[in-house]
Amino acid sequence: METTQQTRPIDEVIAKYPKAREHLISILQEVQAEYGFLSTESINRISSYLNLPSSKIFGVATFYNQFKLNAPGRIQVAICRGTACHVKGSLNLLDSCRQLLGIEVGQTSKDGLFSLETVACLGCCSIAPAMMVNGQFFGRLDKKKLEYLIETWRASGRVEE
Amino acid sequence: MINITINNRKIEATPGATILEAAQAAGEKIPTLCHIKELFPSGACRMCVVEVKGKPNLTPSCAFPVEEGMEIQTRSPRVINARRTITQLLLASHPFDCLTCPKNGYCELQSLSSEYGIDRVPFQGKTRHHYTDFSSPSIIREPDKCILCGRCVRICEEIQGVAAIDFTRRGFDTMVLPPFEMDLSETTCVNCGQCTLACPTGALHEVRAVEKVIQTLQEGKKYLVAQAAPAIRVSLGDFFGLPPGTNVTGKVAAALRRMGFRQVFDTDFAADLTIMEEGTELVSRIRKNEKLPLFTSCCPAWVKYAEIYYPELLPNISTCKSPQEMMGATIKSYLAQKQNIDPKDIFVVSVMPCTAKKYEAERPELSSEAGIADVDAVITTRQLNRMMRIFGIEFGSLEEEDFDRPFGAPTGSGDIFAASGGVMESALRTAYHLLTGKDLEKLDFEDVRGMSGVKEAAVTIGERTIRIAVANRLGNARQIAERVKQGNSPWDFIEIMACPGGCAGGGGQLFGYDPERVQKRITAIYSLDRSRTVRMSYKNPAITAVYKEFFGEPGSHKAHELLHTEYEPRVVQK
Ligand code: SF4
Ligand code: SF4
Ligand code: FES
Repeated sequence: METTQQTRPIDEVIAKYPKAREHLISILQEVQAEYGFLSTESINRISSYLNLPSSKIFGVATFYNQFKLNAPGRIQVAICRGTACHVKGSLNLLDSCRQLLGIEVGQTSKDGLFSLETVACLGCCSIAPAMMVNGQFFGRLDKKKLEYLIETWRASGRVEE
Repeated sequence: MINITINNRKIEATPGATILEAAQAAGEKIPTLCHIKELFPSGACRMCVVEVKGKPNLTPSCAFPVEEGMEIQTRSPRVINARRTITQLLLASHPFDCLTCPKNGYCELQSLSSEYGIDRVPFQGKTRHHYTDFSSPSIIREPDKCILCGRCVRICEEIQGVAAIDFTRRGFDTMVLPPFEMDLSETTCVNCGQCTLACPTGALHEVRAVEKVIQTLQEGKKYLVAQAAPAIRVSLGDFFGLPPGTNVTGKVAAALRRMGFRQVFDTDFAADLTIMEEGTELVSRIRKNEKLPLFTSCCPAWVKYAEIYYPELLPNISTCKSPQEMMGATIKSYLAQKQNIDPKDIFVVSVMPCTAKKYEAERPELSSEAGIADVDAVITTRQLNRMMRIFGIEFGSLEEEDFDRPFGAPTGSGDIFAASGGVMESALRTAYHLLTGKDLEKLDFEDVRGMSGVKEAAVTIGERTIRIAVANRLGNARQIAERVKQGNSPWDFIEIMACPGGCAGGGGQLFGYDPERVQKRITAIYSLDRSRTVRMSYKNPAITAVYKEFFGEPGSHKAHELLHTEYEPRVVQK
């Protein structure tokens, strides 16, 4: 899932908003929609645009789960933490995943290959415990299967369609 | 006045007062955590709850005004229970390393636990494991000890206008952090230390220099000299139960001498030296009508603030070093020569009400060309108290002593550097003389005194009216700097101090953000000024001598080399 789409410069993205603090959330949402995450540079631009210290923006951006502060990895892993998956051991699965990838939820690995998220429910409870990776579903997971998948992806650097 | 009852006692309260204020005025103590005097109530911690008749829920007293006929209970079983539970919940996720915590003995959480007789913590809480940030030369952050009261965040933003730290994340993961979890040294933090006054626990405290000073004293290889800032004499007594503002000048000198400093000096001398240099600079800029307004440079937190936010104003900032640096430089040149001591062997320790002075002492431009720093270590008022305790020096038993000559005679013009407006007032007393050759008749400039954030006045000297402004708290400095930047400021001379009330309210003083206490220190400082024989810097005999024997005249080449400095724009995470 390569993104080849052109992005607009940040100043263009935020220019339509009035320079007032109450537009912060909308600005953050639009910037994230444009770039996929909120980079330090984006936050600094918003900070000088709104004349608002970056500590305030960082505070807001980390308060809401919807905002991502790291560039997503080329392989984006989302572990389902819905009820059905929970019953089927998704917490253990998440732990294994954190260990295998060496990153915490919300982070991206140093080489930029993997990022890890959780989602409330993927809506595929019949194959619990499940995860979604770059838009594809993987179900009935256990530690072994997970290990196998991650090793394959790590070796090839991509997820086969 | 309106009538209320507190704990069944009939009381008259000021309309508009909060329940907390009314109770305090009536001598009832209510514990608070998130509340900051003079700021808008945040109501976050609920430690201050009371029972109000007719209200089903407990009421946070810091956030509710009294009403006619209100019946309030501040110590009913329900209230006490609630406070105990809140304390226990806070303790449940606290690291419990109180015995080795720098705040040991001064921690508000510790006092709450002891006041409410907490002998066990029935909850199992998760504790944080964040690294301790040692990056700043002034401030240490230990987020694990943070109880999220928000006082530091509000002081830094609402009083100082800096906002170097803020709440981040949510729920259990909530933490007070610099933007992007950076180190504090990479942010806009100006090292003022107001957050260390505000923090109830050991989450924010200062970089310690006590160990280094004690070690250097005990090794005996260096020639140790101490200087004590004007503000210390009206604030050290706080640590020994004296009423705020008690003058303990003689005891400060005695304590330092007992610790083993070879000579102990009064920074008043260097304050007068600053005035000679800065007064001359002001007069010359006024005569040439250039680079006006002139801003003072005594406060390193203000200087750093300007370097970060107002690089275009740096030419307007006085090139004078701050008094502690001038003292260091003079000790290591003039005094070293006079007393035949190798400057490399001298170790200057400053006792300051200030955490920013620690950072200032490390600025590379404040060393001689040979790499000898003007000042080698800075300890705060708090750390002087700590050293006295380590050395077993009984404050009560100390006889008053004088500071050493030649920099030992206190002056009124030096003393008032401790108060916001003091540098301005001293400078005007001397500038008058420089411009007219005469002595001012009325020395007191009431308009520039006191705790208010921005003070303005116009002073006529000869033919010229000099318009002045004095600001304390950096949030107020910003207003002034903005006007100067826009080019429509009416002023010629501007004094700025970062801390509320000036250095009297410095970030290195007794813990607790307490403007009333600061006001008492300030009042004491002005009565010291009135009591001194010398109240104008140019009349200080030590000043006359140092120019005659060494510097030549104010603004001379030598004075520039040793007593002046320069500034550079600073790029940080804003
Ligand atoms: S030292 Fe001053 S500027 Fe720095 S974080 Fe604390 S209050 Fe803010
Ligand atoms: S006002 Fe005084 S104590 Fe506060 S930062 Fe400035 S110099 Fe230090
Ligand atoms: S002190 Fe009143 S709610 Fe915190």
